[in-house]
Amino acid sequence: MEGVFTQTLVSGLLMGFIYALIAVGLTMIFGMMDIVNFAHGDYLMVAMYFAYWFFVLFGMDPLQSLPLVTLLLFGLGIITYYILIKPIINAPMLSQIFVTFGVLIFLRGLAQFFWKADYRMIPQTWLSGNINFFDVYIGIPQLTAAGGAILCNGLILWFLKKTRLGMALEAVSEDKEAARLMGINSDRMFALAWGIGIATVGVAGSLLTSFYYVFPEVGANFGLVAFVVVALGGFGSVAGAFIAGIIVGLVEVLGGYLIAPSLKFMFVLILYLAVVFIRPQGLMGKK
Amino acid sequence: MKKSLWVFVLFVGVLAALPLVFHDPFPRHLLIMVMLYATMSIGWNIIGGYTGQVSFGNAAFFGVGAYTTAVLLINYGITPWVGMLAGCVLSVGLAIIVGYPCFRLQGHYFAIATIAVGEIMLVIFTNWDYVGAAVGIYIPILEESFINFEFHSSKIPYYYIVLAMLLFAIAVSYAIEKSRLGYYLRAIKDDPDGARSLGIDIQRYKLIAFSISAVLTSICGTFYAQYVLYIHPSSTMDLMMSIQLCIIVLIGGIGKLFGPVVGAFVFIPLTELTRVYLGSEGQGIDMIIYSLLIIVLAIARPQGLWALFKKGER
Repeated sequence: MEGVFTQTLVSGLLMGFIYALIAVGLTMIFGMMDIVNFAHGDYLMVAMYFAYWFFVLFGMDPLQSLPLVTLLLFGLGIITYYILIKPIINAPMLSQIFVTFGVLIFLRGLAQFFWKADYRMIPQTWLSGNINFFDVYIGIPQLTAAGGAILCNGLILWFLKKTRLGMALEAVSEDKEAARLMGINSDRMFALAWGIGIATVGVAGSLLTSFYYVFPEVGANFGLVAFVVVALGGFGSVAGAFIAGIIVGLVEVLGGYLIAPSLKFMFVLILYLAVVFIRPQGLMGKK
Repeated sequence: MKKSLWVFVLFVGVLAALPLVFHDPFPRHLLIMVMLYATMSIGWNIIGGYTGQVSFGNAAFFGVGAYTTAVLLINYGITPWVGMLAGCVLSVGLAIIVGYPCFRLQGHYFAIATIAVGEIMLVIFTNWDYVGAAVGIYIPILEESFINFEFHSSKIPYYYIVLAMLLFAIAVSYAIEKSRLGYYLRAIKDDPDGARSLGIDIQRYKLIAFSISAVLTSICGTFYAQYVLYIHPSSTMDLMMSIQLCIIVLIGGIGKLFGPVVGAFVFIPLTELTRVYLGSEGQGIDMIIYSLLIIVLAIARPQGLWALFKKGER
């Protein structure tokens, strides 16, 4: 019994790192321009299909195609910004919500049209099997994904805090006007934030494809989880998203383990409501 | 004003006469769905359009209406008409319980909170054995009569019931537009701080708007249960359904009396016809078309298609 419990905790922890990676992209975009990308989970879905088709068509393992998928998603983020987001950057919130919701439906519609509602999975990847660590079995794909997510999160934090470009990005998110006076082109910074924000789900999607099904609605739950993580961590806080991702991963598996597996998603949503009611700024958000 | 009243009378007259022209079940079914969604979208417009609170959880009220009716009918033999009233009472209760904490949240936070509430309802109903869990509920086939709310030989009675519901919704919406409540709601939408400084109890009027919205959505749930005679969680309270209501309103014209009606007449035929004529090959096509439509509308013409008919109005 105790073994099952530890096992559950470990799997929740590993998933939490991936949630954190997905949420980091969302929180970056939100923190910079006050726009919630409702289609975030669906960009993840697109990334997963890219990884899947690179495997089917060219026999590339998701780990091999990861840089390509990430680059494609980076481009997609930039294109999204210039075509759809730039025109509504000062529009009423309602227009902003509908545009990103429109993107959500558009991407899901495309996936349904081209690939139908089938569940697809890569049958054989480089990574498979388990390792036994003090009687806890850890799936190698999950472990790799979690490691990749930690690495990627670390890279983003380093980029934002230590590089000139990253600091410029942070400056725009702190104060657009002051950044403009310092000669920072906020338009380019917004585009970069969309590029990086969407590229992170490129990484996450590639890592997930090693052990997760791909289907047109796969982004729905991941997207919602990402909102919860962002709200819990504090809108705009990258470090907060990392911690919150782990908490959400653990809450999900613990709720499933202690009460009922079919209800586990409900606990995540209740966590969201509890956070926004009690501490609207999240764990590490600025008021 | 006189002229638009005549246009409205003509519109109702044409709607009432259409079943005499269309004898096939499909066009009648299509019009029933258009009117059903128009009624619900008018309900959404009251909270989302007039009051400016984007709710992505309105399908929950539809589900409450449908399930309350079905459970009362099956377990206690209570007529769906009473079930409709009971559904409204429960929906208003839910609106107040959900709205009370959620209306303190601003903008995106509120929108995501309503998604969370809707999804929590979906999970509960999917796992609740008393209401048939994921399998759902088959409404028992009873003798055809008005009191039983079941008609098997023709869709005509359903057609006129839903037409009456639509007219009721339009009347409610019109009454709100012309009353003090309507001005309060628009003040809350346009300038909440200003509204507060004028002494408008924002929380209270948001709850009133949400409750009216809940009632108009709940009666549609009852109608749906009695019309389709089979309900399950994902057909009655799916997030996509809540989203469709907002899309219909946006397409037609947000915050406008006839916006939701125009939107439903564009949106429902689009989805139903692609489903029927393109079948599984065309799966997703309707989503692609209407997603492009709402993106373009949101960027270029936030006032919706209704504005095309009313040139002077902005």
